Amino acid sequence: MYPEYMMESIKMVEKTRPKRVEIAKIGKPVVEPMKLKEREEILNRFHPDYKADARRVLRIGPNKGEKLTTKVSELLESHSRISPDDIDLSNVDYDVDVLIIGGGGGGSMAAIWAQKQGVKVLISTKLRIGDANSMMSQGGMQAAVNPHDNPIIHYLDAIGGGHFDNKPELVETLTMDAPMIAKYLEELGVMWDKEEDGVLVTKAGGGTSRRRMLSCRDYTGVEIMRTLRDEVKNHPEDIYVLEYTPAIELIMDNKDQVAGALLYQTETEEYVVVRAKTTIITTGGYGRLHIQGFATTNHYGATADGLVMAYRAGAKLLYLDSVQYHPTGAIFPEQILGFLVTEKVRGLGGQPVNKFGELFVFPLEPRDVEASAFIRECTEREKGITTPAGRAGIWLDSPIIDILSGPGTIQKNLPAMVRQYHRFEIDISKYPMLVFPTLHYQNGGIEINEKGETTIPNLYAAGETSGGLHGRNRLMGNSILDYNVFGRRAALHASEKAKTVKLGKLHLDHVRNYEKELKESGIETKRIAPILLPDYRNFEVIRKHRKEFDPFLGGGITGWYEEE
Amino acid sequence: MESDQKLIPVYIMGEKVMVPEGSTIIDALEYAGFQLKKGIGCREGFCGACATVYRLPGDFKLIGGLACQTVVEPGMYLAQIPCTPAQKATYNIEKENPDVSSFLKLYPEVFRCVSCNTCTKICPQEIEVMDYVNAIIRGDIAEAADLSFDCIMCGLCTMRCPAEMAQYNIALLARRLFGRYLTKRSDYLYERLKDIADGKFDKEMKNIKQLSREGLEKRYKERDLDFDIT
Ligand SMILES: Cc1cc2nc3c(=O)[nH]c(=O)nc-3n(C[C@H](O)[C@H](O)[C@H](O)COP(=O)(O)OP(=O)(O)OC[C@H]3O[C@@H](n4cnc5c(N)ncnc54)[C@H](O)[C@@H]3O)c2cc1C
Ligand code: SF4
Ligand code: SF4
Ligand code: FES
Repeated sequence: MYPEYMMESIKMVEKTRPKRVEIAKIGKPVVEPMKLKEREEILNRFHPDYKADARRVLRIGPNKGEKLTTKVSELLESHSRISPDDIDLSNVDYDVDVLIIGGGGGGSMAAIWAQKQGVKVLISTKLRIGDANSMMSQGGMQAAVNPHDNPIIHYLDAIGGGHFDNKPELVETLTMDAPMIAKYLEELGVMWDKEEDGVLVTKAGGGTSRRRMLSCRDYTGVEIMRTLRDEVKNHPEDIYVLEYTPAIELIMDNKDQVAGALLYQTETEEYVVVRAKTTIITTGGYGRLHIQGFATTNHYGATADGLVMAYRAGAKLLYLDSVQYHPTGAIFPEQILGFLVTEKVRGLGGQPVNKFGELFVFPLEPRDVEASAFIRECTEREKGITTPAGRAGIWLDSPIIDILSGPGTIQKNLPAMVRQYHRFEIDISKYPMLVFPTLHYQNGGIEINEKGETTIPNLYAAGETSGGLHGRNRLMGNSILDYNVFGRRAALHASEKAKTVKLGKLHLDHVRNYEKELKESGIETKRIAPILLPDYRNFEVIRKHRKEFDPFLGGGITGWYEEE
Repeated sequence: MESDQKLIPVYIMGEKVMVPEGSTIIDALEYAGFQLKKGIGCREGFCGACATVYRLPGDFKLIGGLACQTVVEPGMYLAQIPCTPAQKATYNIEKENPDVSSFLKLYPEVFRCVSCNTCTKICPQEIEVMDYVNAIIRGDIAEAADLSFDCIMCGLCTMRCPAEMAQYNIALLARRLFGRYLTKRSDYLYERLKDIADGKFDKEMKNIKQLSREGLEKRYKERDLDFDIT
């Protein structure tokens, strides 16, 4: 329940509601949408990416000299978890054709398609298979499957949304493969939302010019991920899954090709050597880096490990200078900090209002613009509501939905949302939700081409860890599609390649060289990466045992210790 | 969290610790100094990784819940459960029948249900678990698929079932059979696939890919918005 002082503000929201209902009923935008120039200005002044210290030059590696998101640059300028001299690579624990690092949607799809090519597969994953961002998506997957739409229009939407920086051949592959993926998933048994006559239901999403979003109620991610996981487990003879055993470095051979990875069992702290003819990285995104101190919608294991490993081995990265913030992340109650409040709430007529119950922005601006407007309201204009934990946010007036479209609309359309708030005794059909922008998606990543190949031999990447497809801004619904299309593609090409690869002597010289480069560039740091697991322990508890503590490794999501 | 917050006592695997009031079980474990390596995933109630059981003082009952969604209470006795060991059949979805015969073959234990309703009572998603199990026994795959749809496969029902079945894996088979065999296919989808195979979009795709940035921007700005379904 909301504390007394917040209820005072809610009373003002209730007071302005009848008037806002009237405005909404006219059928025009409730606030005039911003002109292109206004958008530009608000982004420049308030979007986190445009802050002076949002980016900084990366000092080593293949992208040396480029400006990346500051925390990503810091992450890449870090030490390995291992010292190569301590590792004995002559003892190979697993010898496979294709190694897949990351058991989310992309990794599972890749494993299934590699298995179909008749190769032996090993999946290394950090938590359980399916404990991943792929499990969390609610909204839907884009695919041009109905007559009013086609792959060309999908192409235009995606590339415009990405500010025209997307690699064209990747967007072509994405949009042309999409209908096939919809059919393939259906044949696996995914229960798409359908009309009586079997036509796939399509919904609108931010930045699309057609209804193109396929969905499975508001558990789209769960439905697809649990089906893929089940299918992976249907092939135990060909796909071996190592859970709680993340990769920590790639292994190379003396022909300068990637030749597998070194894994680490988080509980027993044992190392595992995997030799593989080809390797696919599908480790997902970086929400748990808490860039600029933002809360995140991402799962616990989203720590950008794939970027670190690939970069040390010499792979190029692309577009890691832009971050996607979702405008509506929960900030109260504290327990659900960062929880994604789906865009659908605004799609159904929900309105963002400030502490006086005033409208201040068109509810459906593009994500970056909407987020910037929320930040302006809470900072410069000081019209946010502050939580007991000291976070400012704005109200997302949900009760107005039932007033506009009839009682029960909220329950019927937003069951996951209702359930989540109900657990903390908040009825969102009676009271608004308190929200603020939250760290949501890694727009760029390891550069790939349409075969899923990275810039170094035998290494492939797919899904959120890859870069190029979405340019500098991903559209909603294109990332579920991304991990399916490119998970499959990477598997097809990696399996094919595996049939001809001859591996040489294994080594970890790239790790040695990276250390050397760090030193030669004068970079002094205690940071080690990949991070693997975020650290949210109470700072006081940790300090009892350790004098020094690097808050970089923790995110401060719970705010128990201050960031430096 | 603020330093003046109220702390309450809980027991974590035997040890008494003070944690902030209002914390979820996961937050409490972390506050007490645990860096979680297992039994955690989305932290948002979607993945089922954090299923756990606990007791409250003075109550004999073993209560189940999601650690990322359950708020601690004074005197709560907590443990962590890394995963549920459960039986999962392997099968070829292309060769199964969308009726009761698949369950007789792959999960015969489903017929041992004694209708005790323990599963329904423990489900954190408030699913009518016993009802979907009974729908499967009746051969009503559509009903089972519908009733079990919100299942996040946390395994709590399985841990308590006296008939020792893995309801969530059984329900997953029901949904996959339903999705593959018992829903109508979209004609439009198959027409689209044929058009793509016939190369209907190839020429225009080639053109659009070759456009300069200005040309592309122009096409993008001029594209019409059409939200009608057909
Ligand atoms: C709350 C939420 C809602 C979303 N909604 C939508 C939506 O409606 N539509 C849409 O298209 N997209 C949506 N997205 C985005 C989309 O879900 C993700 O981008 C996509 O699922 C990423 O898939 P992936 O396979 O690349 O990564 P993930 O699914 O995150 O899988 C990565 C896996 O790799 C593992 N891993 C990480 N590091 C290592 C390591 N070192 N070694 C081994 N394994 C490792 C992780 O534990 C994880 O299991 C949403 C995302 C979130 C968080
Ligand atoms: S049906 Fe069982 S596995 Fe599924 S959510 Fe409920 S208790 Fe968990
Ligand atoms: S717990 Fe087991 S035996 Fe009891 S109703 Fe559920 S499925 Fe049947
Ligand atoms: S951590 Fe995913 S449901 Fe709790």
